Amino acid sequence: MSTHEVASAPVAEHHTSTGLDNTKLAMWAFLGSECLFFGSFITTYLLYRNRVLDGPTPHEIYDIPFTSVSSFILLMSSLTMVLALAAIQRGDHKTMRVWLACTALLGMAFIGGQVYEFTTFVEEGLKISTSVFGSSFFVLTGFHGAHVTVGIFMLLALVGMSMSGRLGDRHEGARKVELIGLYWHFVDIVWIVIFTVIYLIPTN
Amino acid sequence: MATAAYPTRRGFFTRPRSTTGKWSWFFTVDHKKIGIMYCVTAFIFFIVGGLEALAIRSQLAQPNGEILNAEVYNQFFTMHGLTMIFLVVMPMGVGLMNYLVPLLIGARDVAFPRLNAFSYWVFLFGGIFLYSSFFLGGAPDGGWFGYAPLNETLPGHGMTFYALGLQILGVASLAGAVNFIITIINMRAPGMTLLRMPVFVWMTLVTAFLLLFAMPIIAVALFELMFDRAFQATFFDPTQGGDPLLWQHLFWLFGHPEVYIMILPAMGIVSDVLPTFSGKPIFGYNAIVFAGAAIGFMGWGVWAHHMFTTGLGPVANSAFALSTMFIAVPTGVKIFNWIGTMWGGSLRFTTPMLFSIGFIAMFIIGGLSGVTHSIAPHDAQQQDTYYVVAHFHYVLFGGAIFGLFSGFYYWWPKAFGKLLSEKLGKVHFWLMFLGFNLTFGPFHVLGLNGMPRRIYTYVEGMGWDFMNLLSTIGAFVIALSALVFIANVVITRRRGEEAGADPWDARTLEWSTTSPPPEYNFEEIPIVRHRDDFWHRKYIETPEGEPARVLAGGAVATHEHEAGHGIHMPSPSYFPIVAATGLPLLGYGVIYFNSTGKALLVLGALVTMMGLFGWVLEPGAEERV
Amino acid sequence: MSHAVDSRESEEQDHHPQPGQYIKVAIILAVVTALEVAIYYVDALRDVLVPLLLAFAVIKFIMVALWFMHLRFDSRMFRRFFVTGIVLALVVFGIVLWIFFTHLGGPAPTAA
Repeated sequence: MSTHEVASAPVAEHHTSTGLDNTKLAMWAFLGSECLFFGSFITTYLLYRNRVLDGPTPHEIYDIPFTSVSSFILLMSSLTMVLALAAIQRGDHKTMRVWLACTALLGMAFIGGQVYEFTTFVEEGLKISTSVFGSSFFVLTGFHGAHVTVGIFMLLALVGMSMSGRLGDRHEGARKVELIGLYWHFVDIVWIVIFTVIYLIPTN
Repeated sequence: MATAAYPTRRGFFTRPRSTTGKWSWFFTVDHKKIGIMYCVTAFIFFIVGGLEALAIRSQLAQPNGEILNAEVYNQFFTMHGLTMIFLVVMPMGVGLMNYLVPLLIGARDVAFPRLNAFSYWVFLFGGIFLYSSFFLGGAPDGGWFGYAPLNETLPGHGMTFYALGLQILGVASLAGAVNFIITIINMRAPGMTLLRMPVFVWMTLVTAFLLLFAMPIIAVALFELMFDRAFQATFFDPTQGGDPLLWQHLFWLFGHPEVYIMILPAMGIVSDVLPTFSGKPIFGYNAIVFAGAAIGFMGWGVWAHHMFTTGLGPVANSAFALSTMFIAVPTGVKIFNWIGTMWGGSLRFTTPMLFSIGFIAMFIIGGLSGVTHSIAPHDAQQQDTYYVVAHFHYVLFGGAIFGLFSGFYYWWPKAFGKLLSEKLGKVHFWLMFLGFNLTFGPFHVLGLNGMPRRIYTYVEGMGWDFMNLLSTIGAFVIALSALVFIANVVITRRRGEEAGADPWDARTLEWSTTSPPPEYNFEEIPIVRHRDDFWHRKYIETPEGEPARVLAGGAVATHEHEAGHGIHMPSPSYFPIVAATGLPLLGYGVIYFNSTGKALLVLGALVTMMGLFGWVLEPGAEERV
Repeated sequence: MSHAVDSRESEEQDHHPQPGQYIKVAIILAVVTALEVAIYYVDALRDVLVPLLLAFAVIKFIMVALWFMHLRFDSRMFRRFFVTGIVLALVVFGIVLWIFFTHLGGPAPTAA
């Protein structure tokens, strides 16, 4: 890995002390911060997941096949995201827009699935006020969904900027797409953890 | 780079062109103006929080006081704490960081100037939002740490304002933290290696990392509280299976790094002031930097010492007691660094120097009483008494505030071109030093005599009367000292002594440019060859080891002809303040979650989104007028 | 300037994987996800289910971070920010849950 040391990093357009791009570094700092954010919510969930009062237990209410499908959708949206990046790195704006739109659509499908899941759970008797399990489940997955939603807006903004020619040249465009991509993959990574820790690992 | 060219046609999204006049303050992205705005705003909040403290002390001056009733008293002590922590000490530190970090590392601005402006406006609106609660049914009244389940059972909107107000302020802190981390890592002048940076810059970096990782934790705690209070969740409701101790863990996981967030900037200030007035470089630079980083690191392993009395079990109690004792080691290292810096120096007892020495003395007292808390059985006796109140005022007032005032006196001539009066400055220092010890010294005794915190009155015959009266007198002496400072500022504005570029014969880069510095800071980006580079430009070492002035060395660049020409500074921007305006609207929307509230939520979201879209789409620069 | 652009271009070619590699990574991710869901339904694996699931999640996590987020190819500085956040979160929240599960009357530390 030593060949990829700081010193040999690509020269960014701003002359920075480390040669690394300011915004990309800032995005990584923000993602580091987000680890603590989701960590706090997951901790809350792990503490509360067995405290269901009279409401349904996690085991009773989770629909694993359904969530597996929506997890798969989100996972594949990460693939379309990197394909968009590869396209803009080749200078292919049109292909990039297609992949970005695909990513946004997959994200929307995921959010649609979450809306359906939440509605079903409420019908089956799990509300935010039912138990601390309900509170921690809805707020954790809800904040994840909010992150996905913000990501969808940013993806659509990228598509719009590309269509109106505001995305900049191939390097500037690739820089922006990579930045939003980092955020998108992070949201995906968080769901990887949530899918396993919240849905799959059984409670007693 | 696409942004370097000016657009020929001004589109819908434009940038303001003027950088002077009163409106320029609203749209500025200049780190120096933002720094000044931070400090001025924080000072106004300092007065407000101080008035709350005076009311509290007046109420407690005698037994059975009747100046405040219990309800108002609760609001006042809660708001006093919130104000001093989130609206005074933190933003004053951030204000100085804003003003100084680019100057100290030889940069023209921070890495993200618009984000910087956004941080300030979010902070200001967050503060106003929090204070608007007084007019909307009552301020937060559950203590600054808002323990569960009291934080959800208290009636009214007070604690909802707490949850949302601190959330908004957290956004400002997080944005600021990211900005400073990237600035310090990426914007240093050529030759300014990490180990040549002034200690203040190092402490800023550590502080920013603490903020980066601590703010998300309190954000979650506050969101959970918000969902409990506004949306029928039950996170902290014990009757529904909620665990109040979860709040304490999340709160102190943030809250303990927070105390280092407040004290480290002051430590950085003192570490830059002492060498200047001792005529020596800082003693043990590597040690003081490493100790600062170690404090930042170990600050993550001590949070549960706030929870010794909750029954963590013997293993956790012992572990956290030990980690708390250990964190005193790097703190002690710093104190020896400061004393070593002064040792054998040619000391000049100017006002900033007096405040720095005051800082060291008061911080040692506060640090030592802190170590007594680390002993778990001892802590069980002190928990929730005035002894604890004494401790944290000695570190946060005697420490942080003294350090910050040292910084104000030290850098005032740089920011405004005029020296604050030394005579009034010394009156200010001695009054504050006396008043401070008179106010908070007796708290040690009161606490050990069993006086609990947060009681709004007490009966006579407890043996607390005299000490309480003493303390109240001290509080008014502090208030007097603050008036002297204000008088000093006013008089200096009218007829202060012109400072020149380097009035203190100082060591670091900010003194190599004019006072006040031009918008672009440095005519030419300095090339750094030494730690304390400016000093080395001014002095060489004689064979006897004495410093000798270099002829015309360190002369301040004053190429008046075409000064600053060809330097592209970022244009002002409308959108940081627009984006920031949406956040308090969202806050009110949650608090009044009826049809009006929902409309406010939509409006707030739209305003913020509009601000962000303008932010992205506005041109990179505009031709100046 | 053109020289700088050229060098940047070649750096990017070196640094970022090609679409083919991205697709390979995605196929592995899909297979691992399928395995996760499959073993969830296999009663014979009850005893080792939790460690297996956690291992799979870690594999997916690392693959997305290293390839899709390019941490394998980028400067170490980026990785440091991220790893610091993850390690800090694991340590402090590990301690919090440990305290709860051992001393504060939380549920017994079974699955967690």
